[in-house]
Amino acid sequence: MAIEVRIPTILRTYTDGEKAVEGSGATLADLFADLETRHAGIEARIVDGGKLRRFVNVYLNDEDVRFLEGIETKLSDGDSVTILPAVAGGMV
Amino acid sequence: MRYDSPLAAVGNTPLVRLPRLSPSEEVRIWAKLEDRNPTGSVKDRPALHMVEQAEKDGRLTPGCTILEPTSGNTGISLAMAAKLKGYRIVCVMPENTSEERRQLLAMWGAEIISSPAAGGSNTAVRVAKELAEQHPDWVMLYQYGNPDNAGAHYATTGPEILADLPSITHFVAGLGTTGTLMGVGRYLREHKPDVKIVAAEPRYDDLVYGLRNLDEGFVPELYDASVLTTRFSVGSADAVTRTRDLLQQEGIFAGVSTGAALHAAIGMGRKAVKAGESADIAFVVADGGWKYLSTGLYTAATTEEAIAAVQGQLWA
Repeated sequence: MAIEVRIPTILRTYTDGEKAVEGSGATLADLFADLETRHAGIEARIVDGGKLRRFVNVYLNDEDVRFLEGIETKLSDGDSVTILPAVAGGMV
Repeated sequence: MRYDSPLAAVGNTPLVRLPRLSPSEEVRIWAKLEDRNPTGSVKDRPALHMVEQAEKDGRLTPGCTILEPTSGNTGISLAMAAKLKGYRIVCVMPENTSEERRQLLAMWGAEIISSPAAGGSNTAVRVAKELAEQHPDWVMLYQYGNPDNAGAHYATTGPEILADLPSITHFVAGLGTTGTLMGVGRYLREHKPDVKIVAAEPRYDDLVYGLRNLDEGFVPELYDASVLTTRFSVGSADAVTRTRDLLQQEGIFAGVSTGAALHAAIGMGRKAVKAGESADIAFVVADGGWKYLSTGLYTAATTEEAIAAVQGQLWA
């Protein structure tokens, strides 16, 4: 199942400059593992010790996944995932 | 409806169903038309309430000067209240704020002190705090930290919405000072413990510099995360698209932050449809589109052109 993943400028070194890539997975954790197979190094920039990194925000269809089920949030075909760097002292 | 004065006419705004933008018959979206307030924005409520509470507890007395960091609507509301009540008012706003907003403040007699564009509202807040130290006799109502900001919505906006929509399941508003979400959210929770309180915050993507009441890294003192059920981050392209949808499909001429709130409302609506639940989702139309006409976003031939037209413009 195809999920669109929007990549922030700071992580586009892993995607050959692509602003958006496709991936698949039943959960966000699966999706990031899937991305890692084609974009080596990206997973570690998003995930640390099985959790989302503190200064990374991830949105599922624009909704902050920290208010959903975090990295275990379930995905469906056609979903859109946006990754953004968080700013220190932000409103998380 | 009859009121004793223009200031008494703040609030009691219409709540209208959006038949075309609601996802289904069972999942309904309702717009709270806050642009129908005397100066044309939701900010009339907190501005008037903050002034009157300050008068009540003696912080604001005849002859006082009011000071406020504001990029627009709150300043406009405070300036009108100050004019009618006889106070002097000084507004601190970023130097790159739109001409419409400067004129609106000036016409109500506000004095404007420009803060550097860099840092946006954060810098305006800092400059205002410095001015407050230099002028201890000036009264800064400080919308970001004044409990009477949220208190205005707890006392009026929340009860109005619940009275008009007892079946409410979701409340959606933009995340600026957080006053609307905190005040309405707390009121609704007390009466409908299962209600979902949803914040729509602007996303600082590549497209626009603006659409911000709040800059990244600044947390208003009023903010209490426990009031919120969830938060949406809305890119400016989606905010512009929804602002145009609202105009073209429902005839409501609203500002861009309203498009962001509508996007989150529709997002929650789609989730309800998917879960097979019925829903009554109320969201706030914070202001009309008048102040943003010069962006060209309402008249652009296509949404793509509208998005391109607003690129790099500061809306807040």
